[in-house]
Amino acid sequence: MPEIKVTPLGAGQDVGRSCILVSIAGKNVMLDCGMHMGYNDDRRFPDFSYITQNGRLTDFLDCVIISFVSNGEKKVLLFCGVLSLPYFSEMVGYDGPIYMTHPTKAICPILLEDYRKITVDKKGETNFFTSQMIKDCMKKVVAVHLHQTVQVDEELEIKAYYAGHVLGAAMFQIKVGCESVVYTGDYNMTPDRHLGAAWIDKCRPDLLITESTYATTIRDSKRCRERDFLKKVHETVERGGKVLIPVFALGRAQELCILLETFWERMNLKAPIYFSTGLTEKANHYYKLFITWTNQKIRKTFVQRNMFEFKHIKAFDRAFADNPGPMVVFATPGMLHAGQSLQIFRKWAGNEKNMVIMPGYCVQGTVGHKILSGQRKLEMEGRQILEVKMQVEYMSFSAHADAKGIMQLIRQAEPRNVLLVHGEAKKMEFLKQKIEQEFHVNCYMPANGETTTIFTNPSIPVDISLGLLKRETAIGLLPDAKKPKLMHGTLIMKDNSFRLVSPEQALKELGLAEHQLRFTCRVHIQDPRKEHETVLRVYNHLKGVLKDYSVQHLPDGSITVESILIQATAHSEDQGTKVLLVSWTYQDEELGSYLTSLLKKGLPQSSS
Amino acid sequence: MKLYCLSGHPTLPCNVLKFKSTTIMLDCGLDMTSTLNFLPLPLVQSPRLSKLPGLVLKDGSTFLDKELKECSGHVFVDSVPEFCLPETELLDLSTVDVILISNYHCMMALPYITEYTGFTGTVYATEPTVQIGRLLMEELVNSIERVPKAQSASTWKNKEVQRLLPAPLKDAVEVSMWRKCYTMPEVNAALSKIQLVGYSQKIELFGAVQVTPLSSGYALGSSNWIIQSHYEKVSYVSGSSLLTTHPQPMDQASLKNSDVLILTGLTQIPTANPDGMVGEFCSNLAMTVRNGGNVLVPCYPSGVIYDLLECLYQYIDSAGLSNVPFYFISPVANSSLEFSQIFAEWLCHNKQTKVYLPEPPFPHAELIQTNKLKHYPSIHGDFSNDFKQPCVIFTGHPSLRFGDVVHFMELWGKSSLNTVIFTEPDFSYLDALAPYQPLAMKCVYCPIDTRLNFIQVSKLLKEVQPLHVVCPEQYTQPPPSQSHRTDLMIDCQPPPMSYRRAEVLTLPYKRRYEKIEIMPELADSLVPLEIKPGISLATVSAMLHTKDNKHVLQLPPKPPQPPTSKKRKRVSDDVPECKPLKPLLSGSIPVDQFVQTLEKHGFSDVKVEDTAKGHIVLLQEAETLIQIEEDSTHIICDNDEPLRVKLRDLVLKFLQKF
Repeated sequence: MPEIKVTPLGAGQDVGRSCILVSIAGKNVMLDCGMHMGYNDDRRFPDFSYITQNGRLTDFLDCVIISFVSNGEKKVLLFCGVLSLPYFSEMVGYDGPIYMTHPTKAICPILLEDYRKITVDKKGETNFFTSQMIKDCMKKVVAVHLHQTVQVDEELEIKAYYAGHVLGAAMFQIKVGCESVVYTGDYNMTPDRHLGAAWIDKCRPDLLITESTYATTIRDSKRCRERDFLKKVHETVERGGKVLIPVFALGRAQELCILLETFWERMNLKAPIYFSTGLTEKANHYYKLFITWTNQKIRKTFVQRNMFEFKHIKAFDRAFADNPGPMVVFATPGMLHAGQSLQIFRKWAGNEKNMVIMPGYCVQGTVGHKILSGQRKLEMEGRQILEVKMQVEYMSFSAHADAKGIMQLIRQAEPRNVLLVHGEAKKMEFLKQKIEQEFHVNCYMPANGETTTIFTNPSIPVDISLGLLKRETAIGLLPDAKKPKLMHGTLIMKDNSFRLVSPEQALKELGLAEHQLRFTCRVHIQDPRKEHETVLRVYNHLKGVLKDYSVQHLPDGSITVESILIQATAHSEDQGTKVLLVSWTYQDEELGSYLTSLLKKGLPQSSS
Repeated sequence: MKLYCLSGHPTLPCNVLKFKSTTIMLDCGLDMTSTLNFLPLPLVQSPRLSKLPGLVLKDGSTFLDKELKECSGHVFVDSVPEFCLPETELLDLSTVDVILISNYHCMMALPYITEYTGFTGTVYATEPTVQIGRLLMEELVNSIERVPKAQSASTWKNKEVQRLLPAPLKDAVEVSMWRKCYTMPEVNAALSKIQLVGYSQKIELFGAVQVTPLSSGYALGSSNWIIQSHYEKVSYVSGSSLLTTHPQPMDQASLKNSDVLILTGLTQIPTANPDGMVGEFCSNLAMTVRNGGNVLVPCYPSGVIYDLLECLYQYIDSAGLSNVPFYFISPVANSSLEFSQIFAEWLCHNKQTKVYLPEPPFPHAELIQTNKLKHYPSIHGDFSNDFKQPCVIFTGHPSLRFGDVVHFMELWGKSSLNTVIFTEPDFSYLDALAPYQPLAMKCVYCPIDTRLNFIQVSKLLKEVQPLHVVCPEQYTQPPPSQSHRTDLMIDCQPPPMSYRRAEVLTLPYKRRYEKIEIMPELADSLVPLEIKPGISLATVSAMLHTKDNKHVLQLPPKPPQPPTSKKRKRVSDDVPECKPLKPLLSGSIPVDQFVQTLEKHGFSDVKVEDTAKGHIVLLQEAETLIQIEEDSTHIICDNDEPLRVKLRDLVLKFLQKF
């Protein structure tokens, strides 16, 4: 029986290192190529050796699909859809196609290079990919449009849908023949200030692989959170404090900037807002050029005002951190584990007037995670202790689908099976039950390295000759075309092609002659009348009984019922007995047999 | 499959294809050449135009002198300009299911179709096509509405009157069909019916037909369309280009294996080389400016203008034109320049790479930043303050009948220092200039049409090998002005089928198969038999379900339980409900073996007689006769059903069922 096999190499009952292997109808597809940052050795990469023990990856994999590129809140230095890509393609060795959307393709090399710099140049690690490898890897990338059907090979096709999570994020449909899988990557079912909502059509995949980061959360309304956020920022600035917002370059940063920009404009505030330079500034450029990927409102108004050209938000300079007076600073990275955001945090942490707002999920081990879990004394490098007096706020602006969003997507796509990845096992368990209850579909949540097999039962597409199809639709007993009809044909199977034709055509094509089998039965009837009168009685009798059939009295004195012929002759010896010759072919077997038994019972006395 | 041809203009097509129970309109181009018969609409009252003499007919009658004016020997209608619509009577346009748009020039008649014909379907187009199409419509509506004209001339349209007029008005076709411009609410209503699509997106129509847009290389978002079912493929090629300008290159490979290829929108200037024209454009522009003159470029607000600006960007410094102001005046100038920068995915590879950096794909961003290029919504307002001469002005409309270009023609026409350079190929430049004659300003004709020429077409057709080509009749003969140039026509085998306005073509194709799905349960129940090496057969008796044009075969419902012996009699009283289906038989019956079998089954008095064609087997006691021939068997017996059934089954043993 045909089957789809799914093996997470990363992100199985786990957050991070997204990498999932899918086998569908003999095609192998790798979804995402993330990295786990809890490790400093090869374990940070997904276990590619699983794919093929020996032999080349290229021979085994038909394509690689990258659903998004993000160093979103919970990801940088933990996980990112593409961070392992150069390792995978250049160091492990893969020469096949890699698919991603245009914005992802644009942002990907910059992100990789940035990440490489942090790892190699700053931390001094070796055994990491080089700049040249990033370039070579990007050459293998094929950019796809939304909704474009990409024919990877003769059978395998993929199609991207808008996912909303970050700029360029996409969900992918992978299809071979009638079998299909949808992989969501990270997605967001509610539009935000800069991106639209994820959308998919009712494509009824055999399997939906969905992320489940916020599997048990149903978040309060976005407006409340935004109001809360603005209030906190405003209060801090009013009392002369400084606000630090650690963000990642792409995604929430842009949303929060738009939020603050409009608020500053409306309230006529003067405190400066800074954006740490580098990647983020560039990121805003990408948003400007890929404005078609943002939400309706931004797209509509961009000619008058490009929302990503900020009036109040200026580039940050390191020296500004020591300036007196209130200010708001967006700095990278988002989990306070390194870089500019950590530097500023160290400077401001000691003052209770200041505030740090964490707009997303933080991974265990990071400074962000520590302060969010209430730790106020932090051991920094060199055994130095940093006392945190500033206020710490957590506010989830993370653009992942919550439980409601996940259910909504399932309702949209109507999958036959659901598989959860990228989430914590406990939360997944809860969501799994909910899905099975509400949709009555199987739900799976394999661990890393564990293979889930889903049996599909595809129907078989066959070419039917138009003659046969038209004949079957024409001879239906009822004029109602929608009513199912019984049809009869011959399936010719030849070199993997299946054709359904009429039996006559099948015989003809094979050069065979039809063998006609005919029966003629003699039925004796007692009737003293003249032959033609007997015939007339038989005709009237049949006409009365067989209302749905065409019964005809031909000029030569014979009767036909459909294609069955009935003739009457006088008995050679007994004039009172008439012999009816009923003649039919094998194709009319049932009706012929029925007619003989009907006639055998004689004619009704009353009719004359 | 039928094709209804609603437009006679080869580059502004409007055809309707009836294909597998769907009705698909391919483009709805608006023929604007009709406006050349009208007087220009000046923004500022023009004493010259208002003083033109009325027309006096040959017989001296002057009843038309309010409607028709004479200028340098040409007659013009003094009225709001009107456009020639596609045919609306050839078929009921409310039955159109979908409209496929190939590029923004070919959608200008859309509001007339969607708002006036009872159309209730969907329009499909790419995002750049819709956005830029909207800009073109906005500009058109704006430039006509802002010059309200009280007079609407209609007397001249009377057939009896038209006959008396001088050419070309006398010969103008379908004048009763000419319509005034639509309004912005109508444009918005029409555009709201559009659904956005991306290249290579497969769109299902009623489960019967799949349509797919493909990149055509001509303009931002321009597409060719594939219209196909499982077995038939129609390619609609409209406005394609193989030159490398700014749009994504043309997708040729996907056009292969077409049954029918409908070819429209070839270059209108087959003898001009676009590259050469761009060079001439630049040198004429530079020469004029150096001599202290102004340059006027009548153009559309999107398309070739991007390429011209890019050329000038590279050219102006080397030509010493850095201080010459370039003005782009159009109500949609700003929008057009902005929109061009955000369609990275629809651009050629080089431009895409720039976006990845990230930099704006078109250098006009830099021209604007450095103040070399300035854009204004109209000549009023800021422009009048900034206006410096000599300068270069890009403005519409290329017909010279409305838009800001009219103003500059009046302003600069009297000086031979100035030059008007025609780059858009849609209008004859001599006709466009006619109401401005006599004219002192220089006129240069550099038509830039990047669409396919005939050499490229013949190469393309050789490559994609369609079974049949359908094209407008203009492409099947050399242009009238160059009747000796037999190379300027489509040459292919079999020769193309041509159409003209208001014609209905029956397209040649024969459909033989349809797709049907066999449900897995039914597939499992089939018993394939290998008849010949590599060929297996299985007889299928199944329920045919048809829904949304999709056919599915399922297991037939289980037959009712065999009746118990008690009820048998009653059952035989019932008339068989539906026609039972028996397979066809094939094979032949070897008489000797058949006789042996009969004997094995207890028939002891079998007698065989030879006949001309076969044998007769007699069962004397049973008074039964079996005629056996090569291709037939006939059992003649008394009404003894058990006997007949027994004989039947014995015969069937020797035959194959289909």
